[in-house]
Amino acid sequence: MAKYYTKEHEWVELDGATGTVGISEHAAHELGDITFVELPKIGKAVKQFDTLAGIESVKAASDIYAPVSGKVVAVNDALDAAPELVNESAEEKGWVCRLEGVDAGELAALMDAAAYQQFLKGLE
Amino acid sequence: MDELKSTPLVKEHEGLKALMAPFGGWLMPIQYSGIIAEHKWCREKAALFDICHMGEFLFKGDIVASGLEDVFTFSVKGIPVGRSRYGFLLNEKGGVIDDLIVFRLAEDEVMIVVNAATIANDFAVISSRLKNPALLTDISDATGKLDLQGPLSREVLVEHLGSDIAEIPFFKFIRKKILGVDALVSRTGYTGELGYEIFIPAPKVRELWDLLLKDARVEPAGLGARDLLRLEVGYSLYGNDLDDVTTPLSAQLMAFVNLDKSFVGKEAILKEQSQGSPKKKVAFKVDSRRSPRHHYEIHCDGKNVGTVTSGAFSPMLGCGIGLGLVAPEVAELGKRLVIKHERVEMDATVVELPFYAGGSLRS
Repeated sequence: MAKYYTKEHEWVELDGATGTVGISEHAAHELGDITFVELPKIGKAVKQFDTLAGIESVKAASDIYAPVSGKVVAVNDALDAAPELVNESAEEKGWVCRLEGVDAGELAALMDAAAYQQFLKGLE
Repeated sequence: MDELKSTPLVKEHEGLKALMAPFGGWLMPIQYSGIIAEHKWCREKAALFDICHMGEFLFKGDIVASGLEDVFTFSVKGIPVGRSRYGFLLNEKGGVIDDLIVFRLAEDEVMIVVNAATIANDFAVISSRLKNPALLTDISDATGKLDLQGPLSREVLVEHLGSDIAEIPFFKFIRKKILGVDALVSRTGYTGELGYEIFIPAPKVRELWDLLLKDARVEPAGLGARDLLRLEVGYSLYGNDLDDVTTPLSAQLMAFVNLDKSFVGKEAILKEQSQGSPKKKVAFKVDSRRSPRHHYEIHCDGKNVGTVTSGAFSPMLGCGIGLGLVAPEVAELGKRLVIKHERVEMDATVVELPFYAGGSLRS
């Protein structure tokens, strides 16, 4: 399944009704060295574009918004000890959490990889 | 806002793909490879910083008769030739106009090194306190400054600039020819590591930068790493931890204030000493990797008691660290604090400075 992106630089990848969520490589690069990831609590229910988690770098503290609605069923505990995984592999090993009960229809409000790349060009 | 100034090394920074940002009216390199990598390089090897933005004033004349002796919180005439001293320029209320270092070049000659953002005001204030303002010259534009900091800085400089550098003790300097011109090498810095500040005429800065960067032990570091390095050793940053409404007493920096001499602001300091400071500096360690940041609120026992003045994630300690100004009763070792900003909240404990004491500063 392909990744879909938000304008706030989160990504989600669906497997059935479960979505894996993280921040984009572009966002990780812009933040610089990431020093802390505030993982959401398991069981937390979020609506699309609500605050889901937090991330801090040597430069700034930012919110991570939910790219889709759902309930948190897993978090990437590895980020507690090694938040730099987000710098090294933002869209794979640096995933943040998994959401369950996702409605694929919400992807219509997001960008696919090609559209996101176009969007980034517009930001330059 | 005036146009940003650039140092003579702006092309070099662009070539190194530095992230550039405004700082104190200057366009400065914030990072090259990454703040944490540059910080680590400085703690382990030797990091090169472009510090050409800082200001330098030259004073020539009789230190006492001119009035210079009463300008700063420390005695200038008491500095032996070949040594430097750190301290403050205060206003009448005891607030810090700037923190600075005075280098005693000769019996009747000193160099004053000041922060970049405060150059114009410092120059005006110091001049106004001299009987003859013409004794003071702003040589900032003509003077380049590079800092080489880190445990390997001595061996690097000895190899490239001469063995006389090996003998400079902490807070002493030598004047010598570098690349054929008169330069000054001072064993001072802002990182907690063994390190040197090199003052050289601006037209020669690029050549010196290139010479030092060719050495495999040397990497460039930006202001981001510099800020992290100084905070880990508890040094104050003007504009964050110090400003013109904060006295050295509140900032717990009375070690750099000599109350046995006269200086502008002394009456206010003495008054604050007898009445008690409304705020006191506090250093704290966060329980997690969260970073406190400038302007976050400090709470204690459910009350808002102050403000964070500097904060960061410390790579050496593996946790957040910060400085703040708080109600005096809170500035007590071991006191538990909560640092708050919007939905961010972190628990912290008041600790002693420095946060990190393992540096090579005095080696």
